[in-house]
Amino acid sequence: MTKYVFSQDHKMISKQYLITAIIMAWVAVIMSLMFRLQLAWPGEGFAITNFFLGDKWAPGGVLDPNMYLALVTIHGTIMVFFVLTGGLSGTFSNLLIPFQLGARDMASGFLNMLSYWFFFLSSIIMVASLFVEGGPASGGWTIYPPLSALPQAMPGSGAGMTLWLVSMAIFIASALLGGLNYVVTILNLRTKGMKMTRMPLTIWAFFITAVLGILSFPVLLSAALLLLLDRSMGTSFYLSEIHIGGEALDNVGGSPILFQHLFWFLGHPEVYIVLLPALGITSEVIATNARKPIFGYRAMIGSILAIGFLSFIVWGHHMYLTGMNPFLGSVFVFTTLLIAIPSAVKVFNYLTTLWRGNIIFTPAMLFSIGLVATFIAGGLTGIILADSALDINVHDTYFVVAHFHVVMGMSAIFGMFAGVYHWFPRLYGRMMNTKLGYAHFWITFICAFGVFLPMHFVGMAGAPRRYYSNSEFPYLDGVADLNVLITLFAIVGGIAQVIFTYNFFYSIYRGQKSVQNPWRANTLEWTAPVEHMHGNWPGAIPTVHRWPYDYSKPGKAEDFVPQNVPLEPGEEEDHG
Amino acid sequence: MTKLLIIVVLVLGVLAVVRLSRVYELTATLRGKREEHITDRDNRMNARFMWLFCVLYFGFFLWLLFRYSDRMLPVAASEHGVWTDQLMDVNWMIIFFVFFLTNILLFYFAGRYVYDKDRKAHFLAHNNKLELIWTVIPAIVLIGIIIYGLTIWNRITARSAEGTAQVELYAKQFDWTARYPGKDGLLGATDYRLINDNNPLGIVTREAIGTRLAELAIGVNAAVEKLQAEGKFLPPSTVAEITEQVERHKRMMRKITNLKVMMEQDIAEKGAASSYNHGADDVVIKEFHLPVRRDVELVIRSRDVIHSAYIPHLRAQMNAVPGMATRFHMKPTITTDSMRVVTENEVFDFVLLCNKICGASHYNMQMPLVVESQTAYDAWYAEAMKKPFQGAPAAEAPAAPATPVAADSTAADTAKVAALTAAVQAQPTH
Repeated sequence: MTKYVFSQDHKMISKQYLITAIIMAWVAVIMSLMFRLQLAWPGEGFAITNFFLGDKWAPGGVLDPNMYLALVTIHGTIMVFFVLTGGLSGTFSNLLIPFQLGARDMASGFLNMLSYWFFFLSSIIMVASLFVEGGPASGGWTIYPPLSALPQAMPGSGAGMTLWLVSMAIFIASALLGGLNYVVTILNLRTKGMKMTRMPLTIWAFFITAVLGILSFPVLLSAALLLLLDRSMGTSFYLSEIHIGGEALDNVGGSPILFQHLFWFLGHPEVYIVLLPALGITSEVIATNARKPIFGYRAMIGSILAIGFLSFIVWGHHMYLTGMNPFLGSVFVFTTLLIAIPSAVKVFNYLTTLWRGNIIFTPAMLFSIGLVATFIAGGLTGIILADSALDINVHDTYFVVAHFHVVMGMSAIFGMFAGVYHWFPRLYGRMMNTKLGYAHFWITFICAFGVFLPMHFVGMAGAPRRYYSNSEFPYLDGVADLNVLITLFAIVGGIAQVIFTYNFFYSIYRGQKSVQNPWRANTLEWTAPVEHMHGNWPGAIPTVHRWPYDYSKPGKAEDFVPQNVPLEPGEEEDHG
Repeated sequence: MTKLLIIVVLVLGVLAVVRLSRVYELTATLRGKREEHITDRDNRMNARFMWLFCVLYFGFFLWLLFRYSDRMLPVAASEHGVWTDQLMDVNWMIIFFVFFLTNILLFYFAGRYVYDKDRKAHFLAHNNKLELIWTVIPAIVLIGIIIYGLTIWNRITARSAEGTAQVELYAKQFDWTARYPGKDGLLGATDYRLINDNNPLGIVTREAIGTRLAELAIGVNAAVEKLQAEGKFLPPSTVAEITEQVERHKRMMRKITNLKVMMEQDIAEKGAASSYNHGADDVVIKEFHLPVRRDVELVIRSRDVIHSAYIPHLRAQMNAVPGMATRFHMKPTITTDSMRVVTENEVFDFVLLCNKICGASHYNMQMPLVVESQTAYDAWYAEAMKKPFQGAPAAEAPAAPATPVAADSTAADTAKVAALTAAVQAQPTH
């Protein structure tokens, strides 16, 4: 019981996070396939839709418009929060922070356990909300009031919305407990010699991610609490002068825009909470498998810090068209476009790391290269969206959907896959099947662009997002066939994830037994024995003598030098 | 039956994969292969795939670009739309350049530097000069983009000139209503508490206040009478509901009375300039016409949830937020007729659509826009002035499956208010 369920061991908690995230991801993937079917062939019935949703929400297999919105909403919520925040950070921060720092465990094992179980509880509540009368929350994952505040506005704003808010409140508690723990551990439990400037970039990414989470999640919590009050206590934080369902409401003086400010004050850092861990994982995997030091280690840290800082002063770019003062909009244009600079630095540094490397194509390496590709494609379209004048016409169109799916959806999930393939031996002491990994990568990679590249064009044709169907607008007929193409790629890409899921669960039990350092990597987690043990290292914890990227260092016999190997007399540790 | 078949197919599929990979595992073990040992063959294969992918990726992208270029939005039909389209083109040029450059480097390097156990990677930890270059160059380019972008943004959002014609776009689930100023050229004040079927925008006039107060008074009296007569027989929850409704309507009557006082005071102070004097002749209509080459300021409001007024062909968009009015200032430059010629589409129409999730029928909340010559517009306007507002009920009915509860109460309310209004009209006016 204390080993598998109420475990306080960071390795077990890491596995718990990962498996919960995989299950949640499947829920969200199946949802996306159902609404993709509707978008490709609007109004047609599908047995599979009926199979999952039943006669109430999909009579004859035709998706109900309210259910369509619910699916879109819950798909977004699960992917952003449960898979890419809880799943990604939860899994790899927990696994790698103690291991790579040379710590016996997290600073507080108990808080860590609590953090997982809050996450688990919030997942259960979110899934439970799918089954309430009226359906789950359906106002979009951004749950803008008054739509989300008034049960009269849509069926999903009833009990489903309440459960959504409760689930998110618990989720935020989990994120805060986890985040505090990560920060404290990183600051206090580094082993001897592990200076901040010798930490692997994964740890730097997790560190800044945790700080972002601690600073921004409480704001979402307050926004959610105020929304709960508006919903049930008759307050008017977000409501004013509303006439709905044939009645004028009493509420005056509130502002729906206030909610958007609060929401995006979390919402934008959240993008980087999702993305930074993936970038950290990629830095580590690319350096290891290119057998080459990550180029510009300090510049990489600098750009993580710059992105982290800037992410707090750009939230208004989601709100250019809310009637916000145009001058304020200008300020947000400026800060938002600045983020392109550290992002560009990161991309160029990845490219230089690959240049004249000695590249081994493990599945993890493939996904990391895939991440760089999606980060380039998604980052560049961000330049358009950051520009308020251009945003006027592409705001809330499929162009936005394509942009953020590429830059944070695909990038983050590729980072997560890279992490799973790379650290699976560390998690389970066994290897995942490489050939299946290749198949998984190439199908996923091709389908990712097959889905999201055409989607940019649908957006440029002026198709709004969150539309149940485009068939009411003749000017969108020209891109109707693109919607079919996108759906076909989505189906293939979705099914390809079966390969991963199978490979993952099969390898847990039957995979080849792992050796201690299968990827010949430098970081400390590979100096611990394969079999998990409490405290991670049997004897003394290792001491660190060098930075983690001494790959192919001239004058060394091997092409890697682990961090715990002392510097030779006269050897320089110069990595600028 | 279909369900069963689906399940069977799925299970068989999974089983097949399981068996196949098991065979692979066994043969791999026999050959003594280790998973972490990536063979030269595998490395080379993936390296080739990287190059192949790059070609396919660019090919797909260019195919989309050429195949669909004429299905994107046609030429911008507004003055600022031309500016933003140019800005967009400049941005695209820069983006395409960086896109091709970085992707070529990425996939070229990935395919080129395949692992060779006899070679060592080039140990290169950093190079300050290079890093400086690729920090400074993007920074300079971005400063250019920012300055250009903000120049356009400032021109678009500049306050419209005094006396610019105003048109109000009023959103509710799930339709649009337009309001044009009457002869005075000004839109009158509104209050959401005055909204009823005959005054869907809640325009404030003495008559509207009187009607609404009477309506509410009759409703309250009827409810109170009902409670006195049948209160004992009704379930407690119904009694509580009615009592609450009575209280709410009484509160509303007090607020409306207050509004009346304020209105009279304002009129006394400002005379003809008072915004309360401008509402009576406003034209409320479910049609949207604009004269070509005339500045117009759209005043955008919402009755219930957030909507967004989006006119893609005019590159215009602004949210409709309950409780406040937002504005968008523009000048249409191409008439609907010209656009039909340009797009070679005889049935082309500009369309105003909702672009902020607002409920079940969000996807079909639209109103066609007609851009026409000043003469044609004047004729339409003169005609519109004569029409009384054509009621909302027809538009409300197909409003899709909202909650059963909400739908019922709407229907009930509509019926009730209609009855009450009739009663008020039967009585001598106050």
